[in-house]
Amino acid sequence: MIEVEDVSKHFGDFKALDRVSLRVNQGKLVALLGPSGSGKTTLLRILAGLEQPDAGRIKLGGIDATGLGTRDRRVGFVFQHYALFRHMSVAENVAFGLKVRKGADRPSKAVIAERVHTLLNLVQLEGLAGRYPSQLSGGQRQRVALARALAVEPRLLLLDEPFGALDAQVRKDLRRWLRNLHDEMGLTGVFVTHDQEEALEVADEVVVMNKGRIEQIGTPAEIYDSPATPFVYRFLGNVNAVPCSVTGGAAQVGGLHIGGGAVDGGGTAFVRPHDVEILELSPDLPQATIRQVIVLGPVVRVEVVLPDGTVLDSEVTREHKDKLKLRRGLEVSIFLRKARVFVGG
Amino acid sequence: MTSVPLSLLRRTRVASSVIPGFGLTLGFTLTYLSLIVLLPLAALLLKAASASLDQWLAVLGDPRVLSALWLSFGGALAAAVINAVFGLLVAWVLVRYPFPGRKVVDAFVDLPFALPTAVAGIALTALYAPNGWLGRLLEPLGVKVAFTPLGVVVAMVFIGLPFVVRTVEPVLQDVDLELEEAAASLGADRLQTFFRVILPAVAPSLLTGFSLALARAVGEYGSVIFIAGNMPGVSEIAPLLIVTKLEQYDYVGATVIATIMLAISFTLLLVVNLLQKWRRARMGG
Repeated sequence: MIEVEDVSKHFGDFKALDRVSLRVNQGKLVALLGPSGSGKTTLLRILAGLEQPDAGRIKLGGIDATGLGTRDRRVGFVFQHYALFRHMSVAENVAFGLKVRKGADRPSKAVIAERVHTLLNLVQLEGLAGRYPSQLSGGQRQRVALARALAVEPRLLLLDEPFGALDAQVRKDLRRWLRNLHDEMGLTGVFVTHDQEEALEVADEVVVMNKGRIEQIGTPAEIYDSPATPFVYRFLGNVNAVPCSVTGGAAQVGGLHIGGGAVDGGGTAFVRPHDVEILELSPDLPQATIRQVIVLGPVVRVEVVLPDGTVLDSEVTREHKDKLKLRRGLEVSIFLRKARVFVGG
Repeated sequence: MTSVPLSLLRRTRVASSVIPGFGLTLGFTLTYLSLIVLLPLAALLLKAASASLDQWLAVLGDPRVLSALWLSFGGALAAAVINAVFGLLVAWVLVRYPFPGRKVVDAFVDLPFALPTAVAGIALTALYAPNGWLGRLLEPLGVKVAFTPLGVVVAMVFIGLPFVVRTVEPVLQDVDLELEEAAASLGADRLQTFFRVILPAVAPSLLTGFSLALARAVGEYGSVIFIAGNMPGVSEIAPLLIVTKLEQYDYVGATVIATIMLAISFTLLLVVNLLQKWRRARMGG
């Protein structure tokens, strides 16, 4: 288990982390998700002991690890650009962590060779033990880096944008592979990413960060379905953010009643495009005009304009589009399945 | 995730360079090298070939010649080793730590390049002479620098330093901090990180710097002859002996020594190059 308590970190005047607290349970794979400069990499490096926090404490497995250097933390760290040792073969890279052990801790040559073999099997690079990093593709290098980190049997695996430098297809494959690997090994893991899709697909739990603070912690479904803050709404998936007014506990967008608001005043309403339903023109429902219809594979993005000029994005299926013959200029009715209002936000 | 051998890619790419003119440039290169390097060396060898076996044996058997060669190559090797160690240290400090005045220190490194060697020799002699600033402090300790073989090494260290620093510096800049962090996260201590990760990464450039410093020190004349004192058989370097022989109109003797120097230098550089090649082959390019 990892516990982060009130950790802060400054770089000069820049506040990289501002009293961040976090708890990761044993065996979970957690994503730190956020834009660049949100402090996610700093938090990861603090967990690894590569940076020391200005304030706060880090506990690993119940033991205070604050102030402990990287060497003594027994964490595996996988770097974005792999950081493989270029002058060592794949096998030598993987064996490095075992070879630098001293005295009785250092396994025999046969044990090291056996372990390297097992790990290379695990990352599906059996045949490449004798190659050098310069002879490998990006995806292969990343798997070597992972095998090297796993060789020291870390109690915690940390990955910094592990797939950031790879192209889209390799990335997708590796993502699934990492998820499966994690399920097999039951290791506690934390990875940093700015790619929401990656976070939602791979992680058990997602920590959304912004400006050095944690915005929300939750399962991918929780984060996507009920974002806690406007930032999370905007950062995860497409969303319509439209100004609205709340009067008498009812929120209105362009004459459209969209639900309740706790406090009266101006605010912002967030509606996911797939929650904007497009129906045949009906006198009981608010009206809108289609401004644009874009086919994106199986889904169709429709831009509608409300009578007051507010523009909403909607996502409908191909069948739905064909059935209603949606096209530019068509008058339709809309229905918002779900919306959330943040007053003042 | 198939991998194409990089060497193959490179080879095909060379064949279709976008800039034509291989014939012309190769012709120019060969002509130029012939005129500047090969012709003088050929003249030297031709002259040496005119010497009889007896003359060769006479020169080779002369203890003064042997001691001069020994001093030149032994001193140059010692100086190059010293420069490799401390040059790496200087490069490390210049690359890794931002400190006020770093640019100035960086510029200082090039001074031995730019200074006329005679100036360097006179300055070093003034410093290390028994009544010089440093010589005065060393003399009570029983250490004599000026006018001894030690002085020769000091001068050779001085002129060779920039070669090591300037070849290692850019390579060290490329050694990512992440490599050190990766080594630390895998449990390596500082010494292990240095000897197993950093040193192997800079080793090829260090070896290049070493061989450049060595070559320069072997051929150095100006700065050494001032501090050496030039006692025959003790602190006389081979290049000076060549000049002495020339002044005595002993052209054959001078040529023979020069040829021996050429042969040893060539062998040394060849060994260094073979080492590099072996390393590259081992790393798979």
